[in-house]
Amino acid sequence: MAGAASTEIDSATAWGGGWRSPFKVSYGKLMMWFFLVSDGLTFGGLLTSLGFAKFANPETAGDWPMGEQVFTHLPFTHAHAPLIYVAFMTFILIVSSVTMVLAVEAGHRMDKKGVIKWMLWTVVGGLIFLCSQVWEWSTFIAGYDGVISTWADNATLYHSPYGGEYTTVMEHGHEVKKMISHGPTLYANFFFFITGFHGFHVFTGVLFNALVLRNVIRGVYHKRGHYEMVEKVGLYWHFVDLVWVFVFTFFYLV
Amino acid sequence: MVRDDVVEYSLDAHHSEEEGKKIRKKIAFVTVILSVVTIVEVAVGIYFPKSELSIGGWWAVKIGYIILTVVKAGYIIMVFMHLGDEHRNLRRMILWPYIIFILYLIFILSVEAIAINDAWTNLR
Repeated sequence: MAGAASTEIDSATAWGGGWRSPFKVSYGKLMMWFFLVSDGLTFGGLLTSLGFAKFANPETAGDWPMGEQVFTHLPFTHAHAPLIYVAFMTFILIVSSVTMVLAVEAGHRMDKKGVIKWMLWTVVGGLIFLCSQVWEWSTFIAGYDGVISTWADNATLYHSPYGGEYTTVMEHGHEVKKMISHGPTLYANFFFFITGFHGFHVFTGVLFNALVLRNVIRGVYHKRGHYEMVEKVGLYWHFVDLVWVFVFTFFYLV
Repeated sequence: MVRDDVVEYSLDAHHSEEEGKKIRKKIAFVTVILSVVTIVEVAVGIYFPKSELSIGGWWAVKIGYIILTVVKAGYIIMVFMHLGDEHRNLRRMILWPYIIFILYLIFILSVEAIAINDAWTNLR
């Protein structure tokens, strides 16, 4: 009996793939990358279907909003400021991505204080972004040009909040605004779905960052001897930033 | 049970104080690039809006936006997510299937969208 097949080997050797990973990363990091690839395909599918909807519908393409005119408000002012507010949101997310990568770097030096400092800033940045998005959405949903007013008709949301014209009417003795037409519904559907899905990712990212920050403060990772968990949530956080880069381009610029 | 046959890759990532300085310098460099690219995008968006451009000019700006976006994405993935420093097997396994699939998706959806648009416009 000759040949390799006749040699008896145990199953760990046969199926273990040797004792080295072909990717030279730990299991956790590899799985995080797998998840990010699948999540990236989800967002890729959503954004390409946005393009599909835009190019397939001649009727809606006519009043498809121009990127820089999508959001022109600034808090506390009535100024017409295209892109400024969204640029601010983008900048916040980029900065919080930078503080995250600095936290990872501090973790590689076993600098617990540094990790705490930078992760705290990352959480703060994420929260600022979420609050900014809440303000943006509420401005859209109210539908009026930067004026805080009674929501005239409860159908505003139903009527697609983006764009549209309103008229001033008297209701219960108050002067309120009523929507009389609505903007491009298809665009609004995509807008709220995709930025909402991204916002949900930011929300969970802030949550994970806060949980890991708590563990860092308690010294869990210092005792473990490495800060890989910070790196893993960092990957997720950078991915959220990465998605926003594309959302920014395809909703606000193109 | 502690397995002694599993390599602990998590510890490979540790680096010294001097290396840390170099890495922080790189991070600062990438931060500047990302900020500048964003500022350029916003400035072009404000000063060259679609409504004031010719069709050809808008196409050029559009392609420019997409190139800048991909550049930004590349820096985020390669430097911030450290994919550039990972083993090449991991890098290729993540990037190539994703790029090929997304390019295919963009291609097939563009073709379909143009055909449907054409059908709506001409066949009615």
